[in-house]
Formats: sequence, C-alpha cells, structure tokens
Amino acid sequence: MAWHKFFVLVAVLSLAQLAKAQSPKYGVGRTPTAEEVRALDISIGPDGKELPPGHGTAAEGVKVFREKECVVCHGGTGSGGPAPTLIKSDGKKKSVYPCLNPCVDDANVMALHAQYATTMWDYINRAMPLNKQGTLKPDEVYSLVAFLLFKNGIIAEDQVMDAQTLPKVKMPNRDHVAPAPEWKHAEPRLAGYP
Amino acid sequence: MESKSSGRRKFLKNSAALIGAAAAGIRPANGRAPDTDMGNNMDMPDLEALIAYGQRSPFVKSKRISVMERMSPDEFGMTFHVLSPIQDSVGMITPSSLHYISTHRGSYVPNIDPQEHRLLIHGMVDRPLIFSVDEIKRFPFVTRPHFLECLGNRAKASHKTAQETHGLTSCSEWTGVPLSLLLKEAGVQSGAAFIVAEGAESVKGATSIPIGKAMDDCLVAYGQNGEALRPQQGFPIRLLVPGFEGMHNVKYLRRIKVVEKDYMTYNDYGHIVPDARVAALTRIIGPKSVITYPSGEQKLSGPGYYEITGLAWSGSGAIRSVEITTDGGQTWKPAELRTPSYPMAHTRFAFPWTWDGKECVIMSRCTDELGTRQPTRAESAKFFNKPDDKDFRAPGADNTVFPWRIAADGSVHNGMA
Repeated sequence: MAWHKFFVLVAVLSLAQLAKAQSPKYGVGRTPTAEEVRALDISIGPDGKELPPGHGTAAEGVKVFREKECVVCHGGTGSGGPAPTLIKSDGKKKSVYPCLNPCVDDANVMALHAQYATTMWDYINRAMPLNKQGTLKPDEVYSLVAFLLFKNGIIAEDQVMDAQTLPKVKMPNRDHVAPAPEWKHAEPRLAGYP
Repeated sequence: MESKSSGRRKFLKNSAALIGAAAAGIRPANGRAPDTDMGNNMDMPDLEALIAYGQRSPFVKSKRISVMERMSPDEFGMTFHVLSPIQDSVGMITPSSLHYISTHRGSYVPNIDPQEHRLLIHGMVDRPLIFSVDEIKRFPFVTRPHFLECLGNRAKASHKTAQETHGLTSCSEWTGVPLSLLLKEAGVQSGAAFIVAEGAESVKGATSIPIGKAMDDCLVAYGQNGEALRPQQGFPIRLLVPGFEGMHNVKYLRRIKVVEKDYMTYNDYGHIVPDARVAALTRIIGPKSVITYPSGEQKLSGPGYYEITGLAWSGSGAIRSVEITTDGGQTWKPAELRTPSYPMAHTRFAFPWTWDGKECVIMSRCTDELGTRQPTRAESAKFFNKPDDKDFRAPGADNTVFPWRIAADGSVHNGMA
C-alpha cells in the first residue's frame, strides 16, 4: 500500500537524519585501540568501577611505605617531612612545604579530608613515588591506602582493601562537603555576593 | 671612499677602544658616553641568536619570583608557584616569559616532543577519538585573550609589592580549538555530567569540570601570544577554562574522559569545602582589580600629575567599569578603560590624577558585565557574618578591594599592613 511505503520512507529518512546528527563533522583523528585507552585511563571515580584487581592490608602497606622510600619525603611517622602530612600527628608535626592548602595541617591529612578513598588510590597510583610514577603495582597501592586509612583510624588493621571494599569505606569527611552549584552560562558565581 | 674591509677594521678598532674605555670606567676623549648599541657592549650577546629570536633590552630587569612559602626550583628541582611582575606591566597582555606559573602540587616542567604527544577523548562518548597535535590544528580555531588566576592569589599584610599581592594572574592571547567541537566530534552521551581533564606531566595533574562549561567556551589551546605555548604554560597543548580558577586549566593536556559525576581527583579534593557558598566562590574567579602603578615599593617623585593604572578582570565576563578612590574609599570616581574589554580577560584601566603630596590611600574596584561589583573586605566579612579584622580571610578566591598607602615622601606601601 502506498501509505505503508510512505511510512517506510519517512522512517528511513529519519534514521538517516539521526545518523547525520551523530556522525563526526570533520573526520579528523582516529579511533584509539582498546589497549591505548587502557594504558592511558588511570582515572578512578568515586564508585571505584575502574579499580583493577588486587588487594592489600595495612601490614603490607607499612612494608611498602618503607621499601618505596615514602618515608624520605613524608617522614617516618607520615608527618614532619617536606611532603604533605599523611598520618595525623596531634598537631605536633607539620609538613615543611605547602602544596595545595589542605594537605599541610593535620586536620587536612588526605585520609581525613578526602570524601572518597578512591581519591587516595587514584593519586598514589598516578603521582607516587616522586620520579617513579607509574611503577607501583595495584597490590602495593591497595596496601598503601589500607595503611594510611588504618593509621588515621578509619579502618581496622586487618581489613583487606580491594576493588569492592575500597569504594565502600566511609570516609570521615564524606558528608561534610558542599558541592559547587550547577554551572550555568552567564550567571554570577554567587548571587548576592557581596 | 673606504673599502668594506678597512671600514670593518676601523669599526673593530673603535669598538675595542670603547670597550676598553667602558671597562676602565672612563669616558672617551670627545666627552660623549660610550655608544650603547648592542654591538659595542661588553655583554654582547650572540648576535646570530638574537637575530633568530629577539630578547628584551638588558636595561629591562623585570622578572618573576617564587612565592614566599616555597622556592622554585625547590630542592627536588620542581617548579611550584611563581609570581608575575605585574607592577611593571603595561597594556593587557602578559609577555609569555613573564606569565605566572603554577603546577599541580609542584612538578617538573616536562619537555614534550609535539610529534609524540596525543590527546585522547573517551568515556561517555559515541566515538572515542585520539588526536595528534597536528590533527588538532586542522580543526577550526579561535583566538581570544583570557586571564588565568591561581586560587592562591591572595594579598597578605606581609606582602610588599603588587607582584606579591596579585602576581598569580596573567593574561595571554590564546589560539586553539573549541573543546565543544572536539567533544561533538566524539559525540557526548546523555547522562554525562563532568569531564576529567588530565595532563602528561610527571604527576598527571587532573581535574573535574562540569560538562556545561566544557561545552560552552573552553579551548584546547596550542598558541600563546602569537607563537607556540611555552613549556611552562603547557606546551604542546593545554586546556583553557575561561574564568575558572587556574587549577582547572590543565597543561600538557593528554586525556579527556567524559564521566557521569565529579570524579574528585587530587586537585578537586584539594579545594573541597563544607559551605556551598564558598564552593561557588572557589571555582570561579573575580570580579577583581589591582592598581599596578603606583604600587608597593614604587615611589612618586613629588606632588604633580600621575596616571593611576592597573588591571581588572572577572571570571564571569567582560569588565564593564572600574572606579578609583584616592581618599581611602570616601569617594569613588570612574576610571577609563584603556584596552578593549574582553570576556574573562585582563582589562587595563587608568585614572588621571594630580597628587597633592599628602598621605593618602588609593584603591580600585571593578564591575563586570553581569553587574557584579568587586567587594571590599568589609563587605565580604559582612556577607559571611564575620568580624572585619586583620584575621578575616575572604572565603573562596579572594577578589576583595586592595589598598595602597602613599606616604608624604611618595613611597608606596601595602595598605593592609
């Protein structure tokens, strides 16, 4: 029937239009291989869905902390070195240098200030140790996070950190952070200020 | 008529005599000061190098300095935060060599081969894409001036100069590809709420940016002030997030991951606060202004005519107006804008003024195109219901009005001190 063919034609045209809207306009650049994406994608979001297989405990972490020479910059007790304080020290020892504002004082130790343990995993994995970034194995990163969480009183000494348990750790500062308001074009950063 | 070779010999002989005279600290027999041409200078630089790529006059000494709290390079050889000498600035563009520097955490400035560098766009997109730098340059480009400012650009009473109080901001003319164009090429999926942008330097500095902003006016820049980006500013490509505090403007951009929520990277976590109002004031800069002349440690030679001048900028758009007070805030008069006023760019203002030789306090305040006016410290304190005393710390990115005190001898001092 003619009307049937008409609908088919409309459907085909609509699909073509849809495909056009979604297709690249310039065609410059290429599709990365899965391997290329895997090698570069080191982002670990709060859900931890990108966390790799592996596991670690605080007892293993203290060994890694010594072997990888974390103590050289962060101090033997995780405080008082040139690099940020990692383990609270009752306010007696401060790091020598400021980095970002929060990492200098005891109250702002990463484990106490971060909302998610994934932030610690992500950062240690991408940026530590100095000059040897990218050399830590997943087990070592899990162990270091477990060590720092334990020493700051957040998890038990024998609690195993892995891709399932780590994102579930209830960080002390989880519920004390206000997100910035939704960004909108041409709106004042804070209405009524000053 | 002299032959070329005898002319050259004569030149060399005269030059040698002049160099000798200069070295001995005496004037030539004719009583004139030695020529100051480069060719006659004892410190004669490599002329071929100078012809290939120019340098400023050796008489111009303006330079960057480290922030007080931490030297750059530090004991590891890393660069942390370096202040631009804005007290010497003219116009609205910061020379690339004097652009302030901030790094994630403190890191090494990488030496990246642009032929090897790639940008990956992936995550919640229909078509993950990887680009070489040359491929990025094939896209339609835009050229726009934008300022950058570090969240740490906060005046303290201990600071002496405008470089110390306000030197963590600079403005360049940037050339690059709108990020929205690259994201559309990849096809952003519904449900996407943020991008994570990441650099290729040793610490792989990363930050989360709302997708609305990413699709609005962000740039993947490869040009700065008419040439390639400088390594200290992110060579070969960097992200520009106009108006957002410096940390979001990821240098050495290597990856953009489109995600469903704020990913709370190290840099994001570093700026989290318990108060939503402070969070809003932390992410976006200004409106803000500072008088660069006369400013701290400069000196007026005596009563008479001067131009008060400085820079104004806002993270929410173009600067609409600037006002000046020369009586400590009792009266405010309009300044002239001496450069075009571009969105999220430094704008140069000036105010013709005759100084009567008496001690006074001068300040500037600006209003942006949304009608938001730069607050005084008192106004900021009142908004947050805190006492306006010396301990008050304006929450978020500090954009409060800043005073210079001019003493009767013409010397200029930090008015907070």
